[in-house]
Amino acid sequence: MFRVENVTFRYGSVVALDNVSLHIQEGKRSALLGANGSGKSTLLRMLDGLCFPDSGAISFRGDTIDSLSLEDDKFAFAFRRRVGLVFQNPDVQLFNPTVFDEVAFGPLQMRWLKAEIRERVETTLKTLEITHLKDRPPHRLSGGEKKRVAIASVLVLDPEVLLLDEPTAALDPRSQNQIIDLLIGWGEGKKTVITATHDLGLVEDIADDCFLLQSGTLVAHGAPAGILENQTLLRSSNLIHEHRHSHPALGIHTHPHTHRT
Amino acid sequence: MRKPRTFIERTIGSLSDGLNFAALADDSARSGGMLQRVDPRVKVAGMLAMIVSVAVTHSLIAIAGMLLIAVFFAVVSQISLLDLARWVWMPVLFFTGCIALPAIFITPGARVYGPITAQGLRTASYLLLRAETAVSLSALLVLSTRWAHILKALRVLRLPVVFVVILGMTYRYLFLILETALDMFESRESRTVGVLEGTDRRRLATATVGVLLSKSYHLSADVHLAMQSRGFRGEVYMLDDFTMRGIDWCWLFLFSAVAMTVVWVGR
Repeated sequence: MFRVENVTFRYGSVVALDNVSLHIQEGKRSALLGANGSGKSTLLRMLDGLCFPDSGAISFRGDTIDSLSLEDDKFAFAFRRRVGLVFQNPDVQLFNPTVFDEVAFGPLQMRWLKAEIRERVETTLKTLEITHLKDRPPHRLSGGEKKRVAIASVLVLDPEVLLLDEPTAALDPRSQNQIIDLLIGWGEGKKTVITATHDLGLVEDIADDCFLLQSGTLVAHGAPAGILENQTLLRSSNLIHEHRHSHPALGIHTHPHTHRT
Repeated sequence: MRKPRTFIERTIGSLSDGLNFAALADDSARSGGMLQRVDPRVKVAGMLAMIVSVAVTHSLIAIAGMLLIAVFFAVVSQISLLDLARWVWMPVLFFTGCIALPAIFITPGARVYGPITAQGLRTASYLLLRAETAVSLSALLVLSTRWAHILKALRVLRLPVVFVVILGMTYRYLFLILETALDMFESRESRTVGVLEGTDRRRLATATVGVLLSKSYHLSADVHLAMQSRGFRGEVYMLDDFTMRGIDWCWLFLFSAVAMTVVWVGR
């Protein structure tokens, strides 16, 4: 579905992605793993056509995604309809006066009929169990509620591909579980979901396929089980660490924090 | 005796007050008072007509009458007169009073007491009453209407959609910036012992402005990307979901009649 070929991207003199190549298959759930600054968010933004490689190429179903192709209205609308991105910081995504307007923003840009927009928005709010928030302004939502609204604002378009940037970051455990359950159930598990995360505890629940990034370079690719068992690789990627804690019987001791039982 | 508040405490207080007023306005707009049930477009058009009538009328009695009507609307709309006094009447009295006060003495005319002239008193009264009434009517609109509805209702004044959207986004992100500023000042206060010198206060204020500007710049870039991601191509669209009922037409007639009466009385 997505092909990333020899992509390099720099922010000024800082290399965010260095000659990255990968293939994301349709209908699969993929995880982009990596520590902060490893290039996950940049790659997600490129997959959503929000920034473009300095060198290399990205294609979606055979069509090159670049500034030129997205200048074409027909292609741009079709692409935006098919691919949705949920940003890490929900505040950047909630720019409308109310939750209802926020969820309706995407369909309005797609110029759907207003009656259809109202119906789709109501259905989406109900699915995400946030109907009671529909008249609320974004500044009066909790962190978990903001995240759900941000997800709703993308899911209302029923995209074929969902890109998620740290979907559970800074959420309490209950909100995290609600969002994971929602993502697992979305599209009956048949849609393409690409999640950027450094939370290894999530990976086996949300991904069939993992790509591990380290300082902008793709260092591993494979099934979650294989990646999560490679402790040397995870340690060198800053994804696991020596965990120091105390047990009543043993006192303070350390061991690798791996998220594996 | 309470210690005088420091620069940081005063700034935190001001930021909190701003956020509190917005929360108060939102809660008030959601209560089930009389004005809250009126169509927002009627309220925007009606309040505007009444404000214009206050500005053009030449009768102090007519302006005072309009202020009484505003007080009546506040009472039947469950808007606290205490809040109105705190947020509207007192600040307007202070700021307009500062401007109006010299007029009492410098306007030529018949002296009534020392250097105070009758014409000066009249001019100052006009200025004060007009300001108090106009701001009270504006406050009634804000306190009885959700911000989102005010924005959409502005379309009735033929404001371009793009202007309305920019206004909405400005208001939305003002909160985020205010909250960020509040966090910054609170974190600074937690690490500050004693009173800051003038130089340090200025340094803190300019550093905060700089950081907020930088954050706003990055935020605006990300917001634009988030808009693009959901199909924004430079054109903005809105859902207008108001319907005029019979009672709304009655309100429109009432607002217009009051405005015209005020103009007629003070012609």
